[in-house]
Amino acid sequence: MDVVTILTNSLQAAFGPLAAFYALLALGLNLHFGYAGLLNFGQAGFALLGAYSVAVTSTRYDLPLWVGVLVAILAATIFALLLGLPTLRLRADYLAIVTIAAAEILNLVVRSRVATPVTGGTQGISQFSQDFDALAPWSTFERFDFFGIRYSGKDLWAMTVGWSLVALLCLLTWMLMRSPWGRVLKAVREDEDAARALGKNVYLFKMQALILGGIFGALGGVLYALAVTTAQPDAYQTSLTFFAYTVLILGGAARVLGPVAGAIIFYFLLAFTDNVLFQLTRGRDPIVPADILTASDAFQLRFIFVGLGLMALLIFRPQGIFGDRREVSLDAR
Amino acid sequence: MPADVRANREALQSLPWEIGVPKPDPTIVVDRVTRTFGGLAAVNVDHIEFQRHCITGLIGPNGAGKTTLFNLLTGFDKPNSGTWSFDGRPLGRLSSHQVARLGVVRTFQLTKALNKMTVLDNMMLGATGQRGEGMLRALLPRSWRAQEDGVRERADELLERFKLDARRDDFAGTLSGGQRKLLEMARALMTQPKVVMLDEPMAGVNPALTQSLLGHVKDLREQGMTVIFVEHDMDVVRDISDWVVVMAAGKVIAEGPPESISQNKEVVDAYLGAHHDAPLTVEEEEKVLAESEALIRAEQAQHDELMNESRRHS
Repeated sequence: MDVVTILTNSLQAAFGPLAAFYALLALGLNLHFGYAGLLNFGQAGFALLGAYSVAVTSTRYDLPLWVGVLVAILAATIFALLLGLPTLRLRADYLAIVTIAAAEILNLVVRSRVATPVTGGTQGISQFSQDFDALAPWSTFERFDFFGIRYSGKDLWAMTVGWSLVALLCLLTWMLMRSPWGRVLKAVREDEDAARALGKNVYLFKMQALILGGIFGALGGVLYALAVTTAQPDAYQTSLTFFAYTVLILGGAARVLGPVAGAIIFYFLLAFTDNVLFQLTRGRDPIVPADILTASDAFQLRFIFVGLGLMALLIFRPQGIFGDRREVSLDAR
Repeated sequence: MPADVRANREALQSLPWEIGVPKPDPTIVVDRVTRTFGGLAAVNVDHIEFQRHCITGLIGPNGAGKTTLFNLLTGFDKPNSGTWSFDGRPLGRLSSHQVARLGVVRTFQLTKALNKMTVLDNMMLGATGQRGEGMLRALLPRSWRAQEDGVRERADELLERFKLDARRDDFAGTLSGGQRKLLEMARALMTQPKVVMLDEPMAGVNPALTQSLLGHVKDLREQGMTVIFVEHDMDVVRDISDWVVVMAAGKVIAEGPPESISQNKEVVDAYLGAHHDAPLTVEEEEKVLAESEALIRAEQAQHDELMNESRRHS
């Protein structure tokens, strides 16, 4: 077994562009769920809007990248308004139902035959990241080596942009949450009626949080699409939302850096189990005999192991990595 | 006690003990407000006025519609019909947060402490007109820092007055039930209200703390606020109210100074049921016996008749 390869591969994934993508989605969910108490189960829909905004504007309309990003923000805002207007006055669970359904609808629309001329159907759209790649200060075709962890120039560029964006949005979240605005948002999470009785327009605060967190998700979608140079509907299924929730809870909800730590750890664990299982089952004479476990079965096993790890975390550290145990114990009262 | 507060309290003494009696200086006026849940008229109030600078107790048996009336007056519920106003300004179309901003603040029967926020944050949330509550302004600390310091200072003063200063940085969820009641009242005061509506402020509070809560409620009056409160404990009501309004089955059945209420027949009936304590004399007892015997005989006769009839048919 090659421990060094396992570790370098795992670390490569933990800081790669995909981890940054998950961090962005989870940062949005942190605003929704962690601070405002909104159960948004449609974060994949926001990411899809971001990805397709840049893909469609650049391939179908030949518009520059920044227009695509603006369209992504606008689309997320409109989507959040559509979701929020009918549901934010109702109980929290209605928002959950509406968001999960709306994200699914978006996914089906993008796949549909009617939309194929614009969205490329199930094949999606690819080859639209030239503008983005051209911005890289180094060659995107070269390979770079950091202490044995290798990244392509393109991945390195997507990582740089992605983690910078993560840092920026963390700063934004931190600034918002130490302000009176953040205080009201937390009060809304704790008890809407109490906030209302003190003269706070709860509906407005919830809408603002929904829009802002949605924009975070859309920016994540933009980054992901540019990093992998494709926008394809399979990447934005409901499971994406749940992985983003996993990242959030792993890191600790309602903590500024929770989603970041969560994304890094989640991706490290995923790649680590993947690599260990691969090493155990590869080759002509694998460490684990093929009649016990084949390489293709091993691939499925990783989610089982990651799932077990998450269960252990929730049992022994229910508040997540950064959370405050006292807060969790208050929930039981 | 400020002069206007005393004047307004004394003015109540000369009023007749009638339902819907006009007050010399009303702040909240309710007119023909109804609220039905299905077929049940939860609130059906014809006319009622609440005197400014005074403590008005709202009492009544369970299900009398006291909390529903509170909900309506503070915008937490919408009525089927009716109007009400605060200082001459109609409130009917306002939502709850707008009512609160006008200066009518309420507390809840089931205390709503914001558990996962510190006691201080609970308090600071209460301040109205905070510049930093705008999402974009929030990003410019310079625009709200000074105001925030002022709010914190005021919160600390109130915490000290309510003897919660030692718990300032603890999560509100760790407070005892009574302390939460205190926190909720103190938090309501952060809005600098004109009218404070307290829904069962003494419920579930131990007797020692009740005295301190009562003191705080009286303080509110001293500071020129109008207090309307729902309460079940008659001793409390007698102790602190200047005026008492009694509700039963959605209607106002009596109002007057506290001493008038315990003698009011309607009120006693509403609480204990009509004829609850009328002692039976010997004659009355015989009469009741005779009546029931007559009833039994009548039923027996009816039964016999039915039997005869069915026999005839067969």
